[in-house]
Amino acid sequence: MKIDRRSFLGLGLGAAAGVAASPMTWKLTDDISIWTQNWPWTPVPRDGEVTFDNTVCTLCPGNCGISVRKIAGRAVKIEGRGGYPVNDGGVCLHGISALQYLYDPSRIKSPMVKKRDAWKTVSWDEGLALAAEKIKSLRDLGRANTIACVAGSGEGTIAGLYRRLLMAAGSQNFYTMDSMDKTWKMLIAEMHGFDGTAGFDIESSDYLLSFGTGFIEGWGSPVGNFMANSSRKDRNAKLVQVEYRLSSTAAAADQWIPAKPGSEADLALSICSVMITENLYDKDYAEKSGKNFDDFAKLVTEKYAPELITRTTGIDVPKIKSLAAGFARAKAPLAIAGRGRGDAAGSMMEFAAVHALNCLAGNINKKGGFWMTKDADTMIWPSLVMDDAAAKGYAKAAAGPGGSPDRLFDALTSAGEDETPVEMLMVYNANPCHTLHDAGTVRSAIEKIPFVVSFSPYMDDTARLADLVLPTHMFLEMGEDIHGCASSVKKVTALSKPVAGPLFDTRHPGDAVIMLAKAVDGSVRASFPWESYEVAISEVMGDTWDILAKDGYIKCASQPPAFRPGVDFKLLVGYDGPPAPLGDKKKFPLILVEMDHMRLTSGAVASSPFAVKTVPDTILKDNDILVEMNPETARQTGVSPGRMAVVETPVGSARVKVNIFDGIMPGVIAMPGGLGHFGGDNRYIGGKGVNVNELIGPVIDPVSGLDAAWGIRARISRA
Amino acid sequence: MNELKRKTENGSVEAEAEAVSSEQKAGEDSGLGLGVLFFIGAFAVCFLSGWLLFPSLLYSKKEQPLNFNHALHVDEMGGCDSCHYFRDDGSFAGIPTTESCMECHESQLGDTEDEAIFMKEYVEKGKEVPWLIYSEQPDCVFFSHAAHVIAAGMDCVSCHGHIGTSEKLRPYEENRLTGYSRDIWGKNIWGIKKNPWDRMKMDDCADCHERETGSKGACFQCHK
Repeated sequence: MKIDRRSFLGLGLGAAAGVAASPMTWKLTDDISIWTQNWPWTPVPRDGEVTFDNTVCTLCPGNCGISVRKIAGRAVKIEGRGGYPVNDGGVCLHGISALQYLYDPSRIKSPMVKKRDAWKTVSWDEGLALAAEKIKSLRDLGRANTIACVAGSGEGTIAGLYRRLLMAAGSQNFYTMDSMDKTWKMLIAEMHGFDGTAGFDIESSDYLLSFGTGFIEGWGSPVGNFMANSSRKDRNAKLVQVEYRLSSTAAAADQWIPAKPGSEADLALSICSVMITENLYDKDYAEKSGKNFDDFAKLVTEKYAPELITRTTGIDVPKIKSLAAGFARAKAPLAIAGRGRGDAAGSMMEFAAVHALNCLAGNINKKGGFWMTKDADTMIWPSLVMDDAAAKGYAKAAAGPGGSPDRLFDALTSAGEDETPVEMLMVYNANPCHTLHDAGTVRSAIEKIPFVVSFSPYMDDTARLADLVLPTHMFLEMGEDIHGCASSVKKVTALSKPVAGPLFDTRHPGDAVIMLAKAVDGSVRASFPWESYEVAISEVMGDTWDILAKDGYIKCASQPPAFRPGVDFKLLVGYDGPPAPLGDKKKFPLILVEMDHMRLTSGAVASSPFAVKTVPDTILKDNDILVEMNPETARQTGVSPGRMAVVETPVGSARVKVNIFDGIMPGVIAMPGGLGHFGGDNRYIGGKGVNVNELIGPVIDPVSGLDAAWGIRARISRA
Repeated sequence: MNELKRKTENGSVEAEAEAVSSEQKAGEDSGLGLGVLFFIGAFAVCFLSGWLLFPSLLYSKKEQPLNFNHALHVDEMGGCDSCHYFRDDGSFAGIPTTESCMECHESQLGDTEDEAIFMKEYVEKGKEVPWLIYSEQPDCVFFSHAAHVIAAGMDCVSCHGHIGTSEKLRPYEENRLTGYSRDIWGKNIWGIKKNPWDRMKMDDCADCHERETGSKGACFQCHK
């Protein structure tokens, strides 16, 4: 017997037949197909009970109510909160993508100290001790007034605690970022002698005359405005947009009035002049109960008659007259100002000229009109303990007068070599190195400050320049009191609450400041008698706290205020136009303006990766930002669509791509805002485009003292 | 030269060739027999391995973290839905969480060793028991208990068998390749089922749907 080829053949065939007759092949085929459809390394989220937690979104001043969907306690989705007075179930794309901020790779995971340009992780105790030591030594040296703090807004108990820390230490250097709300507040104090907040009853108005506002591009309370805009046809309400480019708002409007940039206030006064000349105004309110009406009437009828301003504005006389007639004859006409998203202070004179229309129409504190509401004084702070060092320091004037951070950084920039107006800067909920005009100079100013502490949850444009980072929770990880709703008449006081995490070694910003004050010791410690922020808020909010803790929010009456403060036109009598943009007309023949886009944030926090992905490639293509210009401007300057160009302004220059758009006025170039962030480890947002604030310089408004810049003179050339 | 010599000694070349060929034929017959033998041997080995060895190689056996007496709990609590309940929103809670067990087991109730382990390891430490779920379907399948139990009025036994009367938890068998529980394919390696709860593959869903509703259903009903 010999084993040969046939034996092997038999062996092979036998094995094949044996396997085929067993279930092995069929079972393995099935298993392999399953394996390829459910790769074992693909993560599978944990299943569990679905719950919803309600909180308030603080990504923008709109403060919408949001509902966070959770599975087995893990936040997985954000939806609008039904029945919430501000947004009733609606939500914007930034709100729904807020979970990306929670898991953002640029989150700062623990306190860090910068040593020789490298970050070193430290414990909270070490970090707080470092900051406290600095405050103590400055107080001991009698330089308590050189401690400064820049916060996003002055509202709420957290901002209150930071302000209190500064006062207790002995400094007046507390600043909040400029916004149109600041200007409106100053304006109503000036024109109505009223201390309160402005609100626009847009959803009941039947004629909305918007002077360059991005009404549906993030102005005021974005979601509330989307809803008001959607119901416009049903309500038979008209929207007229005055703007030099066909923005989304202008495209959605019933009428688009392309007035030349910077001439909006003149147009408003011209409409006033027609209303006065043709007796189309509320005599009882404006004339009889108003002050200085005659002088104002004289000014506008003599200097701002339509025939006289048609050249400046580019709008012909019949159109101005028809605007005046339309506005005056409407039941509830409302004029609004605050360019783009309204997160710049704007020019007080421009706001005054626009508001004069509301006053002439007499639509003040009426349904569908302009409302002035008293700020609810809900907070009761215990008395402050100030020792000698604090009292002496507090007696010294602030480095930047008027509470505008622009003035602070201006003081730093213009300070001599041996002067240090600010020795220590704390930054909370703000990103001045990105959001302030002439961001490059702001950066240099911050670099001059010997000790900068950032309380940011993210490694943003400002935190990267800090010497110490004490990272705080992001908004989904914390609770705080939220007051009002930007520019809306729906004044809601709400309490947000933690719905996730905390994921990292971060602290509540309120707790962080209380811990810092306790570490400083002495009278500063004594001014912070609370164990934690939770204790502080429950005591400071007094009776309101009980309602907030139970119901989550308090909605104020939806009826207009019963009183009607009179109007004083004195401010407008001295009208000499809003400040002109920076730059020499001959050297810089064009005007560069910022254009706000709903899909990009423009505040302290950069847009989420999701939001950046939704931006069209007429705004951002790969990492290149596009500027918008009329074909005629392109022809004159020799730049070509889709090609690189260089934009230069008196404060900076940038490489951009060119987007040709017929809807923008010749001579104007528009650059989207909210790009060019330092993204830290978040490569989905970092390095995308250029920050427009690097190119636009601040213009201090002579009336308000705030930054009134909306554009700058510029030139563009082929790259 | 040599060849010529051989030719003269042994006769013609053809004669020699003939002799070789007859020898080969005899060898061929025995080769075929051996081939058949090898065939049968290999067939038997592979056939038996496929049926007997393969299943034990394909599945790994895992013990549950602790034993659970379903029969005892059903007696004490009533039906399955006392512990495997529907939440208020209609979703199915599945395996109870430690927290829901603690509604009764805040302290030890019986004297079994398993309960002692449960109390010490999970209740006191506030941890979830990492139960191995026999009927766990993969993530790519959407299955609604509410549609079957509440809307169609099916009972638990139809799919899960008589687990409610079991006193011990049998070892969990996991497919080494797919990670699935063996209960999905079924105990029978050929996939033959006697009872409806013996298998829970897509075809089994489709069979029942066709029988009960007249349609196998569409892909997206389960694969969302």
